[in-house]
Amino acid sequence: MITWLANPERFTRVFAPIRPYIGGLAAALFVWGLYLCFASPEDYQQGDTVRIMYLHVPAAWMAMMVYLIMGIASFFGLIFRHALADAAAKAAAPIGAVFTALALITGSLWGKPMWGTWWEWDGRMTSVLVLFLFYIGYIALHASIDDEVRAAKSTAILALVGLVNLPIIKFSVDWWNTLHQGTSVVRMDGPTIAPDMLWPLLVMALAFKALFVWLWLVRIDAEIITRRYRTLRARLSFQ
Amino acid sequence: MSTKINAGPHAALSLLKRDLSLSLTRGGGPLLAVGFYLTLMAMIPLSLGSDSGTLSRVAPGLTWLCLALASLLSLERLFERDYEDGLFDILRLGPLPMEVIALLKCLAQWLGTGLMLAVLTPFVMIILGAPVDAAFISLIAAILGSLSFAIIGGIGASLSLGTRKGGVLIALLVLPFYVPPVIFGAGLMQAYLTGAPVVQALSLLTAYALFALALGPIAMGAALKSALN
Repeated sequence: MITWLANPERFTRVFAPIRPYIGGLAAALFVWGLYLCFASPEDYQQGDTVRIMYLHVPAAWMAMMVYLIMGIASFFGLIFRHALADAAAKAAAPIGAVFTALALITGSLWGKPMWGTWWEWDGRMTSVLVLFLFYIGYIALHASIDDEVRAAKSTAILALVGLVNLPIIKFSVDWWNTLHQGTSVVRMDGPTIAPDMLWPLLVMALAFKALFVWLWLVRIDAEIITRRYRTLRARLSFQ
Repeated sequence: MSTKINAGPHAALSLLKRDLSLSLTRGGGPLLAVGFYLTLMAMIPLSLGSDSGTLSRVAPGLTWLCLALASLLSLERLFERDYEDGLFDILRLGPLPMEVIALLKCLAQWLGTGLMLAVLTPFVMIILGAPVDAAFISLIAAILGSLSFAIIGGIGASLSLGTRKGGVLIALLVLPFYVPPVIFGAGLMQAYLTGAPVVQALSLLTAYALFALALGPIAMGAALKSALN
């Protein structure tokens, strides 16, 4: 399946007709999810601010998922030399970075009313911040290598090194966290979540996933078109 | 026959010797990193105030931060000169695989610079107000930490080879990977100073160094090969 789709032309032919539907699905899920967010009851402790969760938690899930996708795409690009896998990894990076930034910003906005501080050096926040720096490094490396093939290869190596290292960094940050401050921070995963809060969360999570897939497909397609343009221009300049 | 068997170790040893002597003499050698390390140390009381209570509390952590930053300094030139003057193309024809070449270069760099910084670490910590009896454990920790820094740094250096933004790019790529050794190293010192057992932090620090030693060369080898093509 993956090998079959690795042909850029076939990829475009298969996905270009489906793409608007995925975009439409994302929009519909967002409308439904946002309606559920505002229809859901207030939290007895957190009041209205609990609604930040419906953006924050899906964004944080996406932050990790996109990195995983990037790592897998890099693996295929590096081992099987699929040009499309390189494009997929490159296309996913800025989207993942934005999701991570969104998770950090909404977390900060949520932290102020709840914990009384914009930023808490809590283990989870710190590792998400490191993940964000990772994305920045990946994008910067890609941008600073002119040769497209080499850029793809170098960033794939970086993504795989990062994939191996992220659990270790996560572990070390958790270790540091227990060393420094114990469990002073209120954690949302303490009580089991009520069903009328779970529904909006799940719908929003699906909406985020659909949004990602749509943006990703658009960006991969843009990447394919850019490459084709570059090839054509190079061919013209040789004549 | 015998020359063929010995070719690998012999080439490895002479490459290590060459790189070590170059890293010790070229462009002031380890003096640059050592000077940077000491300058950072001097900036700490200047920015935090000279109150000895505050300083001794932050000394172990900030020393580790300075060690990490000073380890970054020489990375830009780690592979660059040999890449530019074509030495890698010649080494490629020799008996050593690219992974081993990269590892040897990192080790030579570490022996020339990182180890020097590690030896200085107890002194820096004591000058900043850590107790003298922490010297030995801080030296051990700094040796392990600087080894991790050197090899992880080598990955950043090999990836950014031939790019236009060398130094800053390496720092950006490498510093997130420096998080675990910094946490374990500074945590080790904190555990020691509060009288808690240090075994856990020490084994984690060792584990990270070994992990870097095992997997770092594979990444560097792949990056160097891609840069040479």
